[in-house]
Amino acid sequence: MRKGLSWFNIAAIGLGLAFLYIPIAILVIYSFNASRLVTVWGGWSTRWYGELFNNEAMLDAAWISLRIALLSATVATVLGTLAALALVRIGRFRGRLMFSGMIYAPLILPEVIIGLALLLFFVAADVDRGFWTVVIAHTTLTMGFAAIIVQSRLLGFDWSVEEAAMDLGAPPLRTFLTVTLPLIAPAIASAWMLAFTLSLDDLVIASFTTGPGATTLPIRIYSEVRLGVKPEINAVCTIMIAVVALGVVAASLLSKLREDKPAVPLPGAP
Amino acid sequence: MFAENETPPRLAALADPPLKGRDHSRTWPARLVVLVPYVWLIVFFLLPFVIVVKISLSQTAMAQPPYIPVLDLAGWEGLKNFFSELTFENYVLLFTDSLYLTSYLRSLEIAAVSTLLLLLLGFPIAYGIARAPRRWQAVLVILVMLPFWTSFLIRVYAWINILQREGLLNDALLMLGIVQQPLVWLATDAAIYIGIVYSYLPFMVLPIYATLEKMDESLLEAAADLGSPPWKAFWLVTVPLALPGIAAGALLCFIPTVGEFVIPDLLGGSEQMMIGQTLWTEFFTNRDWPVASALAVVLLCLLIGPIMIYQHMQTRQLEGAR
Repeated sequence: MRKGLSWFNIAAIGLGLAFLYIPIAILVIYSFNASRLVTVWGGWSTRWYGELFNNEAMLDAAWISLRIALLSATVATVLGTLAALALVRIGRFRGRLMFSGMIYAPLILPEVIIGLALLLFFVAADVDRGFWTVVIAHTTLTMGFAAIIVQSRLLGFDWSVEEAAMDLGAPPLRTFLTVTLPLIAPAIASAWMLAFTLSLDDLVIASFTTGPGATTLPIRIYSEVRLGVKPEINAVCTIMIAVVALGVVAASLLSKLREDKPAVPLPGAP
Repeated sequence: MFAENETPPRLAALADPPLKGRDHSRTWPARLVVLVPYVWLIVFFLLPFVIVVKISLSQTAMAQPPYIPVLDLAGWEGLKNFFSELTFENYVLLFTDSLYLTSYLRSLEIAAVSTLLLLLLGFPIAYGIARAPRRWQAVLVILVMLPFWTSFLIRVYAWINILQREGLLNDALLMLGIVQQPLVWLATDAAIYIGIVYSYLPFMVLPIYATLEKMDESLLEAAADLGSPPWKAFWLVTVPLALPGIAAGALLCFIPTVGEFVIPDLLGGSEQMMIGQTLWTEFFTNRDWPVASALAVVLLCLLIGPIMIYQHMQTRQLEGAR
């Protein structure tokens, strides 16, 4: 691509980024608004953050969401890494087409379909819905994302280092653990992070698969948002944005030190 | 010399990618690597869809679970009864009740218009990033991606703040003198479009950027040398070369948008629903699980074409790279 920016290019980038960031910035600023009326600016205050920490229901929901995200991201990363290894390393096996189809499908399928399907499955299997059904649902949703990230790293992988280790007498499992795994570790880490944030964010699938006593943070926020804008919600959203932003910036700095590929991949982008 | 059909053994070894040098697919660890995620997907992804199809052929009942027949595996007679009680009633309902038909059409229309808007907005951004100096590109890409990592729900919620009657958009418009009266934004289609374009913009920008970034600049030089004005070179060289990225971005936006729930629910009006909302209402409010299942099956049939094209492109992109 020819380099050199025209005024049109600069305007497109500038307006695009403004469009992406101004709404988030407004949300963050208004979370520090002293006034209860969300449309009136009443001076700076951290009042809503204080109220948030007394909001038992919101804290409970946050804790449940965090545990679900930790568990499902971990299982999804293991399964996704295995799936990526299967697709890249083993190459041909029976039912490969169906396998890759099932891995990529959850990335774009509307969430209402996945949520409904999993719920009906849990009902048919006579499983009590709650914490664990959401963990399973989120694992199924996010393992595809994890698989794609690890897969794109494996495709650029220099297999000769593995061959070398085995030629020098290392058994396959040891080769994998001491040579391959450390080399794909950054991709596995960003796969885990993406799975974690996706689980933390999900409203639709969690709404279908949850049960009594397992209200996640997005479900909680959603039920409040439907009744209108509230300053406490601005505060809770600001905290979530801050956590994610810190994580992403840390991850991309980390990957900048290790390699030159950005650690925040997206489906569809190589 | 070697016979015509015979490849020299050494050359054959070279031609084979190193990963196929050793046959891994028959060892037990290799089998486990495939089997564990495979079994998970069959149980928690494929099987649920089979159940959705089955329930879409059932009837609503005042029972727990709220549908009949429930599969009774006790003997041949039970199985026969089960199949004889399956019905296409729910599908007949979907195609005769205009409520459902308009809901599908509306979803397709909103998704198509949104995808077009996203393309018009996303292409110039992707193009600008691809032309930026290389050391800026990584930063710009991360800046475009970052909102994707923050919660979908939060990003939609942020717009409620802005679009409400006394919100900042009306304040700004009034201050600039563009309108004299505050406009109604929330609960309109305009709000739905704003929400969708805002939420899906990274999905459009990044695939287009990825193809533009790989473009060979000498092609544009050649076009210029041959006397083509820049705008013509853009249309005849740049745009065709960016088509794979455009297609990927469009599918990545269009498919999930058709079934979108959160955005129309929070930003749109309540009189006309998108299909995701209709399904949600049938399920949670009316507790009509069979109709909700039939809605999901038809939605899946509508989307199966675009999904297969997307999967084909995804596979080719990931595996053609080697």
